[in-house]
Amino acid sequence: MSPQADSLAALQQAFSAALRDAAQPVPAPIAVGAEGPAARGFDVYRNNVAVSLIEALEAAFPVVLRLVGADFFKATARAYIAEEPPRSPVLLLYGRGFGDFLETFPPAAGVPYLGDMARLEWAQLYAYHASDAAPLEIDCLSAVPPAELGSLCFVLHPSLHLIRSRWPVVSLWAASGGAADETDIDMKSGQEAAVIRPALKVETRLLPPGGHDFIADLMEGATLGAAAERAVERDPAFDLAVHLQGLFEIGAVTALLPSGPDTQTLQ
Amino acid sequence: MAEKGKVVSAAMIAGAVALAVSATAQVTPASAQAKEKCYGISLAGQNDCAAGPGTTCAGTSTVDYQGNAWTLVPAGDCLKYGVEETTADFELPGDRKGSLEAIDRDLPA
Repeated sequence: MSPQADSLAALQQAFSAALRDAAQPVPAPIAVGAEGPAARGFDVYRNNVAVSLIEALEAAFPVVLRLVGADFFKATARAYIAEEPPRSPVLLLYGRGFGDFLETFPPAAGVPYLGDMARLEWAQLYAYHASDAAPLEIDCLSAVPPAELGSLCFVLHPSLHLIRSRWPVVSLWAASGGAADETDIDMKSGQEAAVIRPALKVETRLLPPGGHDFIADLMEGATLGAAAERAVERDPAFDLAVHLQGLFEIGAVTALLPSGPDTQTLQ
Repeated sequence: MAEKGKVVSAAMIAGAVALAVSATAQVTPASAQAKEKCYGISLAGQNDCAAGPGTTCAGTSTVDYQGNAWTLVPAGDCLKYGVEETTADFELPGDRKGSLEAIDRDLPA
């Protein structure tokens, strides 16, 4: 690297360090000749960066915001931004780690499901921006010879995201938007859900017990036979027909790969 | 190709698939129905355009029945809003009606 490129990289690093932490010195080339007004200008810029990131988080996590209130959210967002600044100039999906952060953020401990709520909202954001794909109807399975069904692999929708919570996070989410009555929610029951955007609208669908792990196996490329086998090992009462029907009903399957990994290696 | 210790046989999978396919044939899943954009029927904050940060519709609608905010409804239902008011689903207050295009009533100040 040339000396100029070297010093540019050093300047950029000092600049970004000073942006994140007011205690860091303003980089020399910027501070030079910048008595008074220009030094304050850097403070203004630093504040604008923080405020725009807080606004991005407010837009991405409206239910978390509603649950904790504006002041608490701002303070929490500020702490998160300091810990996990954006890695990409594209803010659409900023906040991926917000749920994990909330879970370990002591002031938020009073609302134990806040982390899961943030994960659900981030999944909805992700689904909204994911690629389009046309879901298959379940009838397509009729065209597969019965003996080959077990070695079938499913290509699942690019927007599909699975949620598992120890809390009834989907019911709480629905109640916060006024779509359900929160007095009916059993706080002792966990929930599993799929977030997906089969067409224009992001949908959040509750899964029957065992659905999360079954779909997760399919997402990782397990054949239908292997995924069903593991689901039954986990819970002998697993009803494959119900889960298959649900999977197609939410629009999660976009293509069938007739040969599983077993047969592909033979080719 | 039977594997040792397998509890889910090929026949069981075929049976489950047949059951799932035939059960689904009787009901049309909601997601498969054709949809249309219907303007002027959604409550504040409940319109379908909630894109999050960095997009122009990040705010969601701020006024009930906002004329330029839309909600997806089953195709053919939009024009029933505010008209077929004997069905609770299609009730709108006042003389408001659903519209297939953006309209200039109930816009935020």
